[in-house]
Amino acid sequence: MRRLLSIELFKLRFSKSAKVLSIIYFLLFFSTAIFSMIRFKFGDFEFQLAEQGIFNFPYIWHFNTYMVALIKLFLAVVIVSMVSSEYTNRTLKQNFIDGLSKREFVLSKFYTILLFALVSTVLVFIVSLVLGLIYSDYNEVNIIFSDLHYLLAYFIKLTAFFSLCMFLAILIRKSAFALGFLFLLLILESIALVSLRNELPWLSQFFPLESMANLIKEPFTRFNVVKSASTAMGTDFTRDVKTYWYEFLIPVAWTFIFVYSSLKVLKNRDL
Amino acid sequence: MEKILSVRQLSKKFGQLNAVNQLSFEIETGHVYGLLGPNGSGKSTTLGMLLNVVNPSSGSFEWFNNRSSTTQALKQIGAIIESPNFYPAMTALDNLKLVAKIKEIAEPNYEEKLKLVELWDRKDEPFKNFSLGMKQRLAIASALLNNPKILILDEPTNGLDPKGIRQIRDIILKIAQLGTTILLASHLLDEVEKICTHVIVLQNGKMIYNGKVDEMKASFGFIELASNQEEELIQLLKEIPQVKEVSKTEHRYLKAILNANFPPEEMNKICFEKGIVLTHLMWKKETLEDNFLALTKSN
Repeated sequence: MRRLLSIELFKLRFSKSAKVLSIIYFLLFFSTAIFSMIRFKFGDFEFQLAEQGIFNFPYIWHFNTYMVALIKLFLAVVIVSMVSSEYTNRTLKQNFIDGLSKREFVLSKFYTILLFALVSTVLVFIVSLVLGLIYSDYNEVNIIFSDLHYLLAYFIKLTAFFSLCMFLAILIRKSAFALGFLFLLLILESIALVSLRNELPWLSQFFPLESMANLIKEPFTRFNVVKSASTAMGTDFTRDVKTYWYEFLIPVAWTFIFVYSSLKVLKNRDL
Repeated sequence: MEKILSVRQLSKKFGQLNAVNQLSFEIETGHVYGLLGPNGSGKSTTLGMLLNVVNPSSGSFEWFNNRSSTTQALKQIGAIIESPNFYPAMTALDNLKLVAKIKEIAEPNYEEKLKLVELWDRKDEPFKNFSLGMKQRLAIASALLNNPKILILDEPTNGLDPKGIRQIRDIILKIAQLGTTILLASHLLDEVEKICTHVIVLQNGKMIYNGKVDEMKASFGFIELASNQEEELIQLLKEIPQVKEVSKTEHRYLKAILNANFPPEEMNKICFEKGIVLTHLMWKKETLEDNFLALTKSN
């Protein structure tokens, strides 16, 4: 495993696009945190996101993992390009000729995905912990470390999404088309979601992108302001935003399917 | 002789096309093999299958008597297919370092290999700045990095200028003299003739010849002659039992094709004894190209 990871990281070290995109990703990552610390002033009305309770433990785990997951697309582009560049430079073929097996090739990419997801998860943990310690109204240890399953969900979500990206890149070879197909999949899923809503409502949770989305459901209805607003209006906005155990399993299953299919595609293809 | 590779009934179909058809041959250590054939005869497809990038439709092959898996065997092989493929942003040396990681080479000698291909001075330049000749030389250095038991080259001089072709050829000759087994696919016959000891000839995916280069050229050659007394000379040549056939060349010389060993001094002597004075006398052997063309035409 260490050999395969070191091979892939050695390749990535020299890829300019991978470096630039990773830097953009982490800049965005920290700017989301900084953004919420900014104090807005509208005349007499002063507003700071941080003071609206979004950084309260344990709610912060939910809110931050949800927000930061939105920018995962930048790392997804890195994943897609690190696979498709192997096709365009024809280094994929040379790797195999040099004695890297197809299985090892897919695994070296997958281990890198795991590493990316892990680094990102650790960063979310640290940033959220720091923000929470600064702004949270509750600072008891057992409250701070409750609801940590959002971090697990975040890790699974990134891993599954990046695995999908890897599979599309291996299947389609061209990075632009692979990313295009990703958007197409998103559109197709939304259409299917809407049209199946009445007949087969249980089916949509098995869609790959939908299953990843279900890992961390939107945190806004749990938001204090929204809650009080909805009670004031007399409507009940509270939705089920809990993640059930089987909702963890579906994206994990997809991850296996994507990795295995990547290997199948490579094995059956003549280069 | 240690067997390096044995191929049995190897076939590849692309749709209706039989790119490689029931190919069987063996490669033993210490020889230099040429895989010959016109464009599209299945050379690259064959090498692709042996190197695990093309899936065979049927048949099998074994590296090193099947003592290890194909990917494990590939780590003891050095191979270059078609164009040199490296990571463009990496330097020459970094590219070799990556290859060493993939091949799990314990102590790679970068300096020795890069000096062999005259690239040591430019080891810190990115690959994308290299000329085609330099790229091809780097590919050879990379293929030699693990001190391979066999070096496989697919059209190594394709697209190079005459100087580049000469450089690559000299390097290959040097490697061959060190005793490395080589399998060289090419459609350039003089290249193969200069380097190889054995040839395998493919046509339309089928093997039509497999043997030593010398045996492929195993004719007794022919003698080119000219004289002012041409009529008498033709008459005389037809009487010599070692002469199989007499014809005229495009340069208006007479061409006496031999069917037994018949040295030119003997010919000169007979002519002189019969009072025929020769103005031109030359003993020639058919080139590999002549043999190859005759072989591919007759099949």
